[in-house]
Amino acid sequence: MTGYILKRLLSAIPVLLGITIIVFLIMALIPGDPATAILGSYATPENVERLNRDLGLDKPLVQQYFIWLGNMLQGDFGTSFALNRPVLDEVLERFNGTLVLAGTAFVLCSIFGVVAGVISAANQYGFADKAITFAVLLGISIPSFFLGMMMILFFAVNMRWFPVSGMWPIYGARDFAALVSHLTMPALALAVVATGVIARLARSAMLEVLRQDFIRTARAKGVHERGVIWRHALKAAMVSIIPVLGIQAGFVLSGAVYIEIVFQWPGVGRMLVDAILKRDILLVQGGVVWVAACYVLFNIAVDVAQSLLDPRIKT
Amino acid sequence: MMAFLSLLARNRLALGGGIVLLFVVLLALVTPLLPLADPDVTNTAQRFQRPFSEGALLGTDHLGRDLLSRLLWGTRLSLAVGFAAAIVAASIGAAIGIIAGYYGGRTDNLIMRGVDMLMAFPYILLALAIVAALGPGLLNALIAVAAVNVPFFARNIRGITVGIAHKEFVDAARLAGLSNARIILSEILPNVIPVIVIAMSTTIGWMILETAGLSFLGLGSQPPQADLGSMLGEARSALITNPHTSIVPGVMILVIVMSINLLGDGIRDALDPRLKSGALSRPMAATRVARKAAAPKPSGKGLLDIRELETQFHVKERVYRAVGGVDLHVEKGECLGIIGESGSGKSVTALSIMGLVASPPGVITGGAAYYDGEDLIGAPYRRLRDMRGRNVSYIFQDPLATLHPLYRVGDQLIEAIRAHRPIGKSEGRAKAIELLKAVRIPNAEKRITDYPHEMSGGMRQRVGIAMALANDPDIIIADEPTTALDVTVQAQVLTILDDLRRSRGLAIIFITHDFGVVAQLCDRVAVMYAGRIVEEGMTDDILDAPRHPYTARLMACVPELGGGKRRLEAIAGLPPVVDKLPAGCAFADRCRKVQDDCRIGDIPLDRDGARAVRCLYPEGDVQEAAQ
Repeated sequence: MTGYILKRLLSAIPVLLGITIIVFLIMALIPGDPATAILGSYATPENVERLNRDLGLDKPLVQQYFIWLGNMLQGDFGTSFALNRPVLDEVLERFNGTLVLAGTAFVLCSIFGVVAGVISAANQYGFADKAITFAVLLGISIPSFFLGMMMILFFAVNMRWFPVSGMWPIYGARDFAALVSHLTMPALALAVVATGVIARLARSAMLEVLRQDFIRTARAKGVHERGVIWRHALKAAMVSIIPVLGIQAGFVLSGAVYIEIVFQWPGVGRMLVDAILKRDILLVQGGVVWVAACYVLFNIAVDVAQSLLDPRIKT
Repeated sequence: MMAFLSLLARNRLALGGGIVLLFVVLLALVTPLLPLADPDVTNTAQRFQRPFSEGALLGTDHLGRDLLSRLLWGTRLSLAVGFAAAIVAASIGAAIGIIAGYYGGRTDNLIMRGVDMLMAFPYILLALAIVAALGPGLLNALIAVAAVNVPFFARNIRGITVGIAHKEFVDAARLAGLSNARIILSEILPNVIPVIVIAMSTTIGWMILETAGLSFLGLGSQPPQADLGSMLGEARSALITNPHTSIVPGVMILVIVMSINLLGDGIRDALDPRLKSGALSRPMAATRVARKAAAPKPSGKGLLDIRELETQFHVKERVYRAVGGVDLHVEKGECLGIIGESGSGKSVTALSIMGLVASPPGVITGGAAYYDGEDLIGAPYRRLRDMRGRNVSYIFQDPLATLHPLYRVGDQLIEAIRAHRPIGKSEGRAKAIELLKAVRIPNAEKRITDYPHEMSGGMRQRVGIAMALANDPDIIIADEPTTALDVTVQAQVLTILDDLRRSRGLAIIFITHDFGVVAQLCDRVAVMYAGRIVEEGMTDDILDAPRHPYTARLMACVPELGGGKRRLEAIAGLPPVVDKLPAGCAFADRCRKVQDDCRIGDIPLDRDGARAVRCLYPEGDVQEAAQ
């Protein structure tokens, strides 16, 4: 198993390199030059040239890339000009917030999605199936930012159940209860779409599995229908559900940007949008690379989970 | 095309979605012709008018602009951008996918590596990076959304193209000297278009959502131009005081995306042939029973007494009569063989006993199965479950498919016991080892931690037998347990079954299409054809002198070692389709000595002691007549 994990980690290296190349190319090929963006359109040509030299932008593209990559590997992601602080510090601080939000949403959508899908499949064409199918359709069709706004309107403003926005109360203790009450709405709003997608897939995966011969064997043994559905069928269905959980983790992680904006949640997504609007290139680069790299590592964890579940995968 | 449309129309939800979408699209198309206020004219004196106020049906926004007008113009923009992004993504993605799939090799490898890299990004993050580079703006948002969807199309289309690129008609085109471009355009493209359509119909909703999302973040359309997303983004600051300005564009996005998703699902279902037949129905815990008449009385014979069993498959309007009135019984310790071709109903008969016929589509429409005087057909599920594996257990054909692939065989054995009585961990382990030893699996202590795929076919089937023995049942129903095994292993498994039967007094119902197996194992045999028993009797009697022409022909199909020179004769034709059974004898069309009266009316099973035959001109009689 350790060998397998190592192997997967090694195979992630080209992917990670590819990510840095793509991000670098996207940023390098932008029209206009960053120095002008930083200094504003009234900057003197001499100042622009000096800044370009300071940023290393006068060197050939390939050299620029390796300098950038080398610095990143040493933990130097550059300095955000808008915030005037190291990019990595800012990204790490903001990433915490995103991790709390997206992590919670991911747990919620995995559990709700799988359970809803199983119930739906077990009651195919029954009332529960139709109700879940409709809810799923609604869930995957509603923009998460609109849903979040409606939740604020209803649960925060009208019912006063939850605070309107933020991660912590402005005054008062920063304890777990405060976090939960601030987290509930954004996490739910973020989880809804992914829940729908997972439920859909779980339903069809379960239907596929329930027609297999080994399900008939379980029934022929006299295993209770509950055990047939929740143990035999679900375990086999998880083989095709888990990869989708990995994909949905990416949606949740990056979709958090909308929720962070709507709920004023301090996260990496909101930071990126601000940085884009201010054309703070280094901060965008650093943030995107960091999040994408974390996602690649998460997907390795997903693969490992898959190999633990399915002994037929060669480890 | 017509079939596709009518299939789509039959799906009411898809139809509803299609109508709503059509309405919205038409509305967006005629927007410039409607007598609407200018969407961009501000009138701060009239800001935040409520809906249904004078002169503004949906009210006004924070700058006093008419919301209805802005909504319709915004819808127009959002739809245009969403569709454009979808078309761009589909075209570029399909082109990349076709090139990768068609040329294969290094081209394929290089392209797919790139696609994988792009897919390693969290979706929206990549769009953000692209917008960051290009700068905010609606066109740039369109490019970003299209770009992040290209890999999805490329990967899907490549998969399909790889399948097509090696088909005969493509090879033929290549041999005819057509250029690659011609082949792609005339042979490949027409075949991948349905896939492109499916992929587009399922992603276009996403793309509209994503462009709206970028606009919502202020990275898409820039003021004063507004699509639905930027309307929502601008309205957010007044969410609490004037929620209608948010609700109006938000609901519109929901309506558009939902109608597209409904329609998309309908299109996918209509184009996906697997769903057409309703094949994706899940089998219920027990077969549905809908007896048209009262259960027949027990005949009083045997431990298991099947009476007039009728099982059908209901697929849409068609009714397949898989089992059409079968009487069978098996005594304690007896081995009964049921023999017949594939589709003769022998397996369905066996599965009906414990309600294991997949349902839907299976329905038991008549008859009874008495176990020790208790009718199992229509017994409540709880009772049936309680008896499954404990009184009557099954051994199935392909042990790789019938054992759970993700559980260790030991755990599967212990579970079989635990389904009927609580058992501790160490006791369960001991019992599992004992069972494996009973079916002569060497190294049983080690093998219990094996997964099914780690065992050979013969070993797996022994596990299957061990599982059937777990609760000391009275009857084992073995459904072609040796068909998937090679001959030497077959013989071993048969020996094990025979020994177990003698040592434990088991009754075995052995289903097979192999007379050799019957001869080795069975005391009595029943021959099935088209869902009915055509001949029944002691094994030796039938082997010596088959009376039904079908039995005789079936036996002539079996090669015999040391049987001298003998023509092996296949039976011409196929068994009748069981939804259109002919009147009279079902074998008539394949029978060499069929007479006119064979095709008139039902032919009864003519019983004489243990021997029974369903034929007007049985073999023996003809020979006698000839002599």
